[in-house]
Formats: sequence, structure tokens, C-alpha cells
Amino acid sequence: MSHWIIAPIVLPALLAPFIVLAARYHIGIQRALSLAGVVALVALASALAWQASDGTITLYQLGDWAAPFGIVLVADALSTLMVLLTSVLALFVLLYAIGSGWDNRGRHFHALFQFQLMGIIGAFLTGDLFNLFVFFEVLLIASYGLMIHAGGNARMRAGVQYVLFNLIGSTLFLFALGAIYAETGTLNMADLAQRVTFIGAEDTVGIRVAAVLLLLVFAIKAALVPLHFWLPSSYSEAPAPVAALFAIMTKVGAYAIIRVYTLIFPPELAATQGLHDLWLLPAALVSVAIGMMGVLAAKKLDRLVAFAVIGSMGMVMVTISLFTPEGIAAALYYIVHSTLAGAALFLIADLVRTGRGSLELTAQPPVAGAALTAALFFVGAIAMAGLPPLSGFLGKLLVLNASFSAPQAVWIWGVVLVSSLVSILGFARAGSLLFWKAKSVPVGEGAAPNAPPQALSYVAVGGLIGLLAAQTVFAGQLHGYTSKIAGQLFYPAPYIQTVLETPGKLSTPKEGH
Amino acid sequence: MEFLVASAIGILTAGGIYLMLRLRTFPVILGISLLTYAVNVFLFTSGRLTIAAPPILRDGVTAYADPLPQALVLTAIVISFGMTAVVVMIGLGAFLGSDDDHVDDQPDPETADAEGRS
Repeated sequence: MSHWIIAPIVLPALLAPFIVLAARYHIGIQRALSLAGVVALVALASALAWQASDGTITLYQLGDWAAPFGIVLVADALSTLMVLLTSVLALFVLLYAIGSGWDNRGRHFHALFQFQLMGIIGAFLTGDLFNLFVFFEVLLIASYGLMIHAGGNARMRAGVQYVLFNLIGSTLFLFALGAIYAETGTLNMADLAQRVTFIGAEDTVGIRVAAVLLLLVFAIKAALVPLHFWLPSSYSEAPAPVAALFAIMTKVGAYAIIRVYTLIFPPELAATQGLHDLWLLPAALVSVAIGMMGVLAAKKLDRLVAFAVIGSMGMVMVTISLFTPEGIAAALYYIVHSTLAGAALFLIADLVRTGRGSLELTAQPPVAGAALTAALFFVGAIAMAGLPPLSGFLGKLLVLNASFSAPQAVWIWGVVLVSSLVSILGFARAGSLLFWKAKSVPVGEGAAPNAPPQALSYVAVGGLIGLLAAQTVFAGQLHGYTSKIAGQLFYPAPYIQTVLETPGKLSTPKEGH
Repeated sequence: MEFLVASAIGILTAGGIYLMLRLRTFPVILGISLLTYAVNVFLFTSGRLTIAAPPILRDGVTAYADPLPQALVLTAIVISFGMTAVVVMIGLGAFLGSDDDHVDDQPDPETADAEGRS
């Protein structure tokens, strides 16, 4: 049994307390340790993704207890792709946090950052629903600390809303888990997948309630309308690098929906019929519409980006709710794109704040370092709005293509295309107000110009943009890989077999017992 | 006994939801605490209600209580306790900073005055 699967969880889990204990007062050592940890994480994640890329499913039994009695970690193609995405995103976000000095505006940024990574990666790797809850809580409690990093009244108030909303979400999660355990007697995902099919047609009340509750919890995480109210103010009030890292947190919800509703409650299961096409799809379409309208209506740049994230999460959920292999493949491609583009835009918004002092979308004196920031905003906006030539365009093409044969294709095409136009208008309006109208405003007498942002900040944002470009160039390969992942998800027998039939400690008693 | 436990969960949940809808930090936190009590009892009952049955394998015993929900409840209690402590601290910080304990966003005083509302 290879121990490497648990390494991406153990590494940040050990590094974080070490940073708190050994390097409390030395921001330089904290930065070096944190950066080294994230670089090692990228290496580990790449190795795991490489290992899983040929379709192998690797199992790790904690304490050598066989499933379903012990907790297992499972590294298949989907979870390792998400782990790789998380660690690469974390690397650039960390570079930005160091470059812009955000990490030094409060205490313990790097320790909380590592705990956050531990929670996110654990949530992607676990094969047990209760363990998923525990990792959700780990990532949430770290995110509470990061959210209010550097303090301030507006941020504290947004933090209270964020924490309370997520506490309610966690309570719902526990209700769902209790209901599932009462109905099936297990919380291991592979075991559940088998036992749910044995429930008689007239005894499905409990399991249906549980399936809907679980969907609600994951929809809160994924900020699906009407459960998106926590996102705009918390993402726009959070420190920029934290908001950029949070771009992966909404994807944790999307990942959980993909995992649970292909493995445990697959679309062909009679008990949960109608959950995706009747409920999930309309909610996702409304999310796309609300998000893009928010982009057009926002009065501040950071709220604009937050609404763009809601819209692109809606796009992901539209494609997921088709629950076809093509749909899931397109959704995974779009998840990678939307994570990188959302994070880049949050960082660009912070570049604007550094050079301008405020994010109000009104004509104000020129932005310091405007040329480079404007260019980056232009590219980021193109990617997010889904214009050619960047990956957003290809992602939307894949989404439209996957939904072509669906019965609701008219609705999907209509909403996606119209809302794309609205978001282009919104981004064009914001960009021209920020960078062009500035030329027509007279600079006040004696007003000291803001210092332009640090070079390292530009390197971090440029790196994310570069990844988006790479995702466009290698779109064929990436989409081929996500199609392979979708094929693996819709044929879960090897996953279930690997988890349940690998012997553990009690299955092979030693001699003399 | 089923009736007693079920109605206890129901009353705790109802009280929790009512307090959460008060939209002030203190009642909302109390409401969430009540809701977590409700969910803890609910988790406990998900392993079926048994009286005077051991959760650990012993010789000569045939009826057992399910030990797993007890472990789950223990985890849930620890987590919700920690989370409540965190939210109390953040809520206190927000209240002391802005002298306002509303959970929802209040209308901006300037725009509210301009529209003729207080």
C-alpha cells in the first residue's frame, strides 16, 4: 500500500503548526516555509495525477482498516485532477500574497493558508461521507480566519455573515448524514453506492430526503442561486489573495455534487429521479442569469468579480446537471478554466485597488501602473466573459455542444448566449470606466500618486493568465482527459471494487490469532 | 420513547430556526446552537434507540447498541463547539467595531435619509 496518497494532506497539516510554533515572529521564514510547502505540494499532486492518469484507482486505508469499517482515501483521476488544480492555484496565490504584502497585514496568514489547503485537498481525496464533512469543517474554520485576515469593520461584518451561513450549511450536512446512516447503515461512498440500490421502491422516503439535503449543502458551497447570498459580500470583503484561493472552494461543492450524484445517487436511480433535470438545471440557469446581471449592475470592481464567479459556477452546474459523460467532461474543463480565471480577476481587482485606492466603478484619476494592469484586466475579462481566443470561449463551446441533444437545449443555449453578451457589456463598462475615463478626470492638486504594485504581484497574475493560455493551447488534450474522467465516473464498478475488496487488517488475521 | 426523542428534536429545531430568523448576532448564535443540539440528538438516533445495550462486543450478549453514531456525535459536538466559539469571537469583534449587531446588511444611512426613510 502506497502512503503517498495521504502526503498532500499530512504535509500542510504538519507545516501549519510548525509555522505557528517555530516562525511566529519571522515573516521571512514563514514565507520560505510556506512557499516550499506549496512547491512540494505541486510536485506531490503532479505525481498523484500522473499515477491516476491511466485510470488506476489507488486506495489508502487509514490504520489499515478495510472499508467500510475504516476511513479510506481514494485517488482516482477526478480527485487527483482537483488536487493538482488546488496546489497550482495555491502556488500563484501565495506568490501574490507575498508580493503584495497581504500576508504581513495580519497574523498567521501562512499557517491558516496551509490548513485551508489541507481541508480542500482532504475533501477531494476522501472516500467517506462523514470524513468529507470533517474536511469541510477543516477548510471552513481556516477560511474563517483567512476571511477576516487584516481586520477592519466591513470585513468583520462580512465575516460574521459568512461564518453563520456556513454553520447552517454544516448543520444541514449533519442532518443529511444522519438520515443516510439511518437508512443504509453506512457512510462509505462505495458501500453506499451498493446499498442504495437495495432500498425497496416504497421505502425511499428517507433516502430521498437525504439526497435533497445533501444537494442543498453542496449547492450552498457551490453558491447556486437561491443559496448564493453569502458569496458576493464575503468574497469582495475578503483579502484579495484569500478571495482568489476561495475560487477553488466553490468548486469543492461542484466536485462533491459530481462525486455523490454519479456514484451514490446516479441519474438512473429511480428514487432520486428528477432531482437534476427538474431542480438542479433551472437553479443553475438562474445562477448564470443572476451572475451575469450582477456583473453589469455592480458598482464596485470586487463585487463585479464575485458575481462573475456566481455566473461561471452556474455555467458549471448547468453542464453538471445534464449528467451525461459529455456534460461532465465539459463541466470539468470549465471548472479548471473558471477557477483560474476567477482567481486571476480577484488578484487583478487588487492590483487596481493598489494603484487607485478604491474599487468604485466611477471615473477617478488614473490608476498607477495602468498600462500593465489594464492589459491583464483585458485578458482576464476576455477569459471570464468567454470570448475567443481564450479558454472561456472553448469552455462555453463545449457546454453548448454537450447540451445540444438535451431536451432543455433551447433554454440552455438562450440563457448562456444572452448572459454572455450581458457579461461582455458589464466587463467592457467596468474596464472603460476604470482605465479610459481616468484620462478625462483632472488630477487633484498636490495629490500624491499611488505607488504601482510590486513586480512579484504581476508575476503571480501573469502566471495565472499564462495557465489560461496553456489551457487554450492544450484544450484538445485536456478535454480528452476530462472525457476519460467522465467515462470513469459513469462506470463506477472498478471504484467500488477497489474500495470494498481490498483486504485490510482484520481481513487477513496473522498466524497464531 | 420514540415520541419523546422525536418531539425533542422537533422542538429544538423549531426554536433554533425561530431564533435564527431574529437576524441579530446573539439570538442567531443561540439559534444555531439549538440547531446543533437537535442535529446531535438526531445523529444519535440514526443508529436506532436501544436501552441498556452495550456498544462493545462481549460474551453472552445478543443485543447491541450501534457504536458508530456515538462516535459521529462526539465528532459533531467537538466541531460545533469549536465553531460556536469562533463565531462568538468574530461576532463580538464585529459588534465592538461597528457598534451594530445586525446580521443582515443595513441600508446605508445616507441613502436611507435621501429616500425619506429612517
